[in-house]
Amino acid sequence: MTDAAIAPLLLSTRGRTSVTTEQPVVRGALIVLAVLFLVVFLFMPLAAVFVEAFRAGLARYFTAITDPDALAAIRLTLLVAAIAVPANVVFGLAASWAIAKFEFKGKSMLNTLIDLPFSVSPVISGLIYVLLFGAQGYFGPYLQSEGIQIVFALPGIVLATIFVTFPFVARELVPLMQEQGTQDEEAALSLGASGWKTFTKVTLPNIRWALLYGVVLCNARAMGEFGAVSVVSGHIRGKTNTMPLHVEILYNEYNFAAAFAVASLLALLAFITLAIKIGLEWRYADQIAATRRH
Amino acid sequence: MAASHGLGLKRPSAIPGFGLALGFTLTYLSLIVLIPLAALVLKSATLGFAGFWEIVTGQRTLAALRLSFFTSFIAATINAVFGVIIAWVLVRYRFPGRRLLDAFVDLPFALPTAVAGIALTALYAPNGWIGSWLAPLGIKVAYTPFGITIPLIFIGLPFIVRTVQPVLEEFDRELEEASATLGANRRQTVFMVMLPTLMPAILTGFALALARAVGEYGSVIFIAGNLPFISEIAPLLIIIRLEEFSYPQAAAIGTAMLGISFGILLFVHLIQAWQRRRFGDD
Repeated sequence: MTDAAIAPLLLSTRGRTSVTTEQPVVRGALIVLAVLFLVVFLFMPLAAVFVEAFRAGLARYFTAITDPDALAAIRLTLLVAAIAVPANVVFGLAASWAIAKFEFKGKSMLNTLIDLPFSVSPVISGLIYVLLFGAQGYFGPYLQSEGIQIVFALPGIVLATIFVTFPFVARELVPLMQEQGTQDEEAALSLGASGWKTFTKVTLPNIRWALLYGVVLCNARAMGEFGAVSVVSGHIRGKTNTMPLHVEILYNEYNFAAAFAVASLLALLAFITLAIKIGLEWRYADQIAATRRH
Repeated sequence: MAASHGLGLKRPSAIPGFGLALGFTLTYLSLIVLIPLAALVLKSATLGFAGFWEIVTGQRTLAALRLSFFTSFIAATINAVFGVIIAWVLVRYRFPGRRLLDAFVDLPFALPTAVAGIALTALYAPNGWIGSWLAPLGIKVAYTPFGITIPLIFIGLPFIVRTVQPVLEEFDRELEEASATLGANRRQTVFMVMLPTLMPAILTGFALALARAVGEYGSVIFIAGNLPFISEIAPLLIIIRLEEFSYPQAAAIGTAMLGISFGILLFVHLIQAWQRRRFGDD
């Protein structure tokens, strides 16, 4: 065929859609559908939080978040996260060191058990500690005679929070450290570094972004946990109320403006969490394993 | 460490700290997770099998379990359809705001459930932004069983999108081209070539969303109305039993729910094993 003969054929394919994509109409419709779904189910709730929070005016907003009970709730939430997150960081580091750097029997079993809390309902995560430490729990009588209070007090809230955020750090670190192998550590050790020095100077820098990633997700869940904490807290205003529980109390008292004001602080936390998470995923994608897994 | 060498449980290694790291891991895991969960099962075991069965099949419990499972199933199904569409759009098409939209999908993982709960209630209440549109049509969402599915859709969506997305990203375009060359139109290629390949991922995401939704509490209780036999979910019933100090009852319902969750996870495990057998190791 001559070029002249081919030309019309080429021209005729130019306007056509490639065989590996859909018609422009279908594409457009699917994009609109996806955007609409996300707007209705994700964006509108988020917008509603801020609209409702500021509906009664700025003054009411600031009164609500500087109320003594609200401040106590904020302090308690920060305190609980400040205990639970570091505890799970230490655990995450220990677990990933054992799982990623060594071969031993029962490893995959251990891996499965670490993820276990994710498949447990938040309410059950609180319930188990009430069964252990509550007034009628297994250790209840003993704790009462010793005057130690765990349930309906700070220790119970911390325990329940640790439980629900248990896998976050370990799950980010284990796959990454498995990928990285043991060569770096073996090199450091053979050059005479101590075990501790190898860990702090070689391993930690290798995993720092994944660690930060895990900490941010762990922290968001720790500060936002509702169900598990609700079971063990006892809802004592100004004492055992975390921010999410304070939101619930205000809401149930029909003090909607105040409820949404406190909720807006938690929404802000979600925003910051997402921003850091996305930032880390875009910049350090290769240094964070399994970024898509949840 | 020497002991574990002797037992042959661990392969020898030049790296130190195995005993300390594994020792700490196992202790922490036992104290925080295993022993407390064992206490739950133990507590419900004190009822004996007959007693356990009587509570779990009691009318109110059964209604709550059925409602939790049914609404979760509906929500996960809706998510399976729209989650695949969203994953498809995010992976295959280029349009302004795509990356922002992609980032936004993770919102339900970051937003505390109580916040989502009151926000959705405000939207779907008869005087809310969406509720006031539906009310004239005679559709009542908030405070009905139908309302329960709304937060469950919210919390479950990222599970499907994030499971399907990576599989779609790695989908071999040559398969689509081969299908087109053999005369299939685009619809046939999508539904008969691509969807079957995506199916294990869709089912996995569906099951993960389902498992999460069955146990969900915080985002649901505000919108549910919480009427026994009608809109009372199983996690709420556990809390009610606890407040009545009926610990064994609460434990029995908890154990039943734990059983359901593990059943769903086992299902996920089987799908993935089947997928590996069928498509080779990924």
